[in-house]
Amino acid sequence: MTECPVCGAGLELADDTVQGELLECDDCGCELEVISTEPAELAEAPEVEEDWGQ
Amino acid sequence: MGPIKVGFLHSLLRKEEKLLISEFNKRRNVSLVMLDDRRLIFDLDEAAAAGPDVIIERCINHSRALHALRLYQSLGIPCVNNYRVSQTCGDKILTAVALKDHQVPQPELRIAFTEKAALQAIETLGYPVVLKPAVGSWGRLLSKINDRDAAETVLEHKTVLGSYHHSIFFIQKYVAKKGRDIRAFVVGDQCIAAIYRSSDHWITNTARGATATNCPVDNDLAEVCIRAARAVGGGLLAVDLFESENGLLVNEINYTMEFRNSIDTTGVNIPGRVVDYIISRAIRD
Repeated sequence: MTECPVCGAGLELADDTVQGELLECDDCGCELEVISTEPAELAEAPEVEEDWGQ
Repeated sequence: MGPIKVGFLHSLLRKEEKLLISEFNKRRNVSLVMLDDRRLIFDLDEAAAAGPDVIIERCINHSRALHALRLYQSLGIPCVNNYRVSQTCGDKILTAVALKDHQVPQPELRIAFTEKAALQAIETLGYPVVLKPAVGSWGRLLSKINDRDAAETVLEHKTVLGSYHHSIFFIQKYVAKKGRDIRAFVVGDQCIAAIYRSSDHWITNTARGATATNCPVDNDLAEVCIRAARAVGGGLLAVDLFESENGLLVNEINYTMEFRNSIDTTGVNIPGRVVDYIISRAIRD
């Protein structure tokens, strides 16, 4: 169990969560990045950059 | 012989990457090596003795993907897609030239390097036109220009406010697409699935809210897509097409394909097919 770094809501990581994965906080809707799984640590996901995506 | 070592080049892991990781993990003879582009340091003199047998590129940044692929290829590691494919598909001008060289149908377009020349090109093509950044995606910074007033305004804004590459003007004749376009998925020499992307908005990217429905892959669609994929060097590619009065036109080709909305829609295990292809490309001693 960890918490959303934006709104503080409790977040449970699924068993198959991996480092670098993107998640969305159910409470505030912010996009979060999994910094580590052991221990669970989340950070706000980076802003979209100009050369992102396809 | 040990397991096939697959390098998974990535940054943030989106749903597509999770699906691919899950698919790789189902394969008995595969060992996945995660290569986060945010942590990589390249030494040009480093030997690749312990390197992966193949690399799958899943970076979110085009610029990082492009350079990392070139660096890995210099170590003799096969990459999917390869550097040349990523370079061509990541730049709409290079894509357009490749399609032209291979006689693949595409919308009429012009390229210009100054505001004045761009305005002249737009007037020659006739309104409406679509201005696109040569490098960019997810429908960002596309401008549909319906008249001269809008053309002058957008061109001036791009010239004054944009960085230098926004003054490379890629101008496409607007194709009336009846509220939808097609995204087709090519794996090697096969068009494995396709979706219609429908929206009330003229931009029909699913990243911009368009809805996906299955598009049956008939011979015409498969043939154009495979020709388009070959034109840019082949591999794992998502081909975007318009249905026009003159038949299918290839709009763009994506080299790090996003398919989250297309698996249930088409009933095709796209990540499974991608993983099969990657394994087939591995070089084993």
